[in-house]
Amino acid sequence: MSVLVYIENTNGQLKKNVFETTSYAKATADLLGTNLTAISIGNVSDEELQKLGNYGVSKVLTSKSGQLGTFVNQAYATIIASAVHKENAEVVIISNSLSGKGLAPRTAAKLSAGFADGVVTFPTLYNGAFSVKKTAFSGKAFAITNLISPIKVLALNQNTFELRETGGNTTIESFEAPANNKDFSVLVHEIIREIDKVSLPEAEIVVSAGRGLKGPDNWKIIEELAATLGAATACSKPVSDAGWRPHEEHVGQTGITVSPNLYIAIGISGAIQHLAGVSSSKTIVVINKDPEAPFFKVADYGIVGDAFEIVPQLTAAIKALKEG
Amino acid sequence: MNILVCISNVPDTTTKITFSSDKTQFNAAGVQYIVNPYDEIALSKAIELNEGGAGKVTVIHVGEASADPSIRKTLAIGADEAIRVNAFPLDAWFVAQQIASYAKDKGFDLILTGRESIDYNGTQIAALVGELLKIPSISIIKKLQIEGNTATVESEIAGGKEILTLPLPFIAGTAEGVAEPRIPNMRGIMGARTKPLTVVEPVEVDVLYKIVSYETPEHRSAVKLAETAEKLAELLHTQTKVF
Ligand SMILES: Cc1cc2nc3c(=O)[nH]c(=O)nc-3n(C[C@H](O)[C@H](O)[C@H](O)COP(=O)(O)OP(=O)(O)OC[C@H]3O[C@@H](n4cnc5c(N)ncnc54)[C@H](O)[C@@H]3O)c2cc1C
Ligand SMILES: Nc1ncnc2c1ncn2[C@@H]1O[C@H](COP(=O)(O)O)[C@@H](O)[C@H]1O
Repeated sequence: MSVLVYIENTNGQLKKNVFETTSYAKATADLLGTNLTAISIGNVSDEELQKLGNYGVSKVLTSKSGQLGTFVNQAYATIIASAVHKENAEVVIISNSLSGKGLAPRTAAKLSAGFADGVVTFPTLYNGAFSVKKTAFSGKAFAITNLISPIKVLALNQNTFELRETGGNTTIESFEAPANNKDFSVLVHEIIREIDKVSLPEAEIVVSAGRGLKGPDNWKIIEELAATLGAATACSKPVSDAGWRPHEEHVGQTGITVSPNLYIAIGISGAIQHLAGVSSSKTIVVINKDPEAPFFKVADYGIVGDAFEIVPQLTAAIKALKEG
Repeated sequence: MNILVCISNVPDTTTKITFSSDKTQFNAAGVQYIVNPYDEIALSKAIELNEGGAGKVTVIHVGEASADPSIRKTLAIGADEAIRVNAFPLDAWFVAQQIASYAKDKGFDLILTGRESIDYNGTQIAALVGELLKIPSISIIKKLQIEGNTATVESEIAGGKEILTLPLPFIAGTAEGVAEPRIPNMRGIMGARTKPLTVVEPVEVDVLYKIVSYETPEHRSAVKLAETAEKLAELLHTQTKVF
């Protein structure tokens, strides 16, 4: 028996969510009294993979064959499933990142495994039941879910679990898994990454603005605040509907769900559909000129005032503190 | 093209989510149900792809008769026929098995879902059905174009997007941008009454997991208002330590 964690890479690099998932997987392995194995697919250097030892991984399986260089969920699920069988894994842990959303359910289906997505707590073993808490109703509620199948797959919410360094080492083993040719019918033509843009679903800080900004030309103050904080930018639905901002930035019940450490809402009223996508943020800050705006009811900090005055002042104050 | 669109019936987005006193059941009393907003995008795309062609758009819903008004709405928007698998949609695995079991020998060229249902699950059905039918699945697509037997899709990835090509058939979850959601017109509403809505019985599925109870998020303590931007920056610096 063991716990298997899937190691996602971005151009061969391991990002923070990998260490979150790994720390979680180590705690799960400890709970079950077993070892933690990792599976990495694609071109990741041994040096990069060695970092996993520090988060409790005792062995890394690495699948690097040529075709595996780009992520294709069907092929990757096949390989993870073979690693599960090889390691006799009972629990498989995957990040609920954008690629994880395509990969985790597919892997679960292949293994006929019980699956929980959007997991926000460590598992418990109470009365023998393997149980986790997951988000439901677009963040308006949580569901306590018991996984009763022999193999269990968990997809973890990002920015939810702390990193736990163990100071250990790991061995690296090449794992040539037979991927099926049919698994490769999807061809990746082009990958377009905006290098200097922070990815919204993964961002630790999000600066978001709504209709209170009046028009697309006024977003400069939002972008400056975001750049100062190293934050991603987001917006309310009417803003993307009006074409002021791209659809990718729309958060809420019908948009992206985010759970950053800090969510700053500027000129957004706080409609229930908007709150659904942001309510699991650790700290919420609201800037709105209307003291009655519903957003203040769910905020931790706020300022009542005009965004056009306050946002540039806030940017300057944060800059000053950072340079401190 | 022969297209299958998966439809979920979800609480209206303004619904306040509450549970029974023992926290085991969602309180459906008085809740207005609607077609999942993303599924309307999937349906609108399917209709657009078939415009002027000889194809057919079938919608499928796994659920009880209480969902029939939502299903009729999809017929009014322009689906040609509807299938309802007559069972309580217990969980995503159950729903996916029903859809896969219905679709497996029907020769659909394309299956569309929404990118996620706004109630229980979260971007599972496309990947689950894809695996059960052994066809490619792209869970979140932003654009879709089809030429002959090949599709080009734009899909969201961390920090950007990727352009993929893949052969039909496959299953994909549509996000905003794939199509403008259509609304039913009078002719559509009249026509929907005579379009077939076929009820089929479910297949048996092993239970792999169970929701045992629900919780609602804890209330935050009252907001602390800052007088000035400087004071707010100071609070964030000392209290949240994010910078
Ligand atoms: C089916 C459905 C799904 C939906 N899904 C979503 C969703 O996913 N995400 C989403 O965001 N919305 C969603 N909505 C829309 C939602 O109901 C609200 O209409 C929307 O969130 C309001 O956007 P807003 O706060 O930007 O605009 P408004 O409600 O117009 O609020 C603007 C705010 O800016 C403030 N303001 C104005 N000027 C200034 C200034 N100079 N300085 C500071 N503050 C100022 C005002 O006081 C006001 O509070 C959905 C609606 C429906 C029906
Ligand atoms: N009960 C259901 N019947 C048919 N399709 C469904 C059902 N539930 C979910 N779907 C489809 O699966 C998509 C993704 O849902 P989910 O995996 O629940 O987030 C939805 O947008 C629908 O297209």
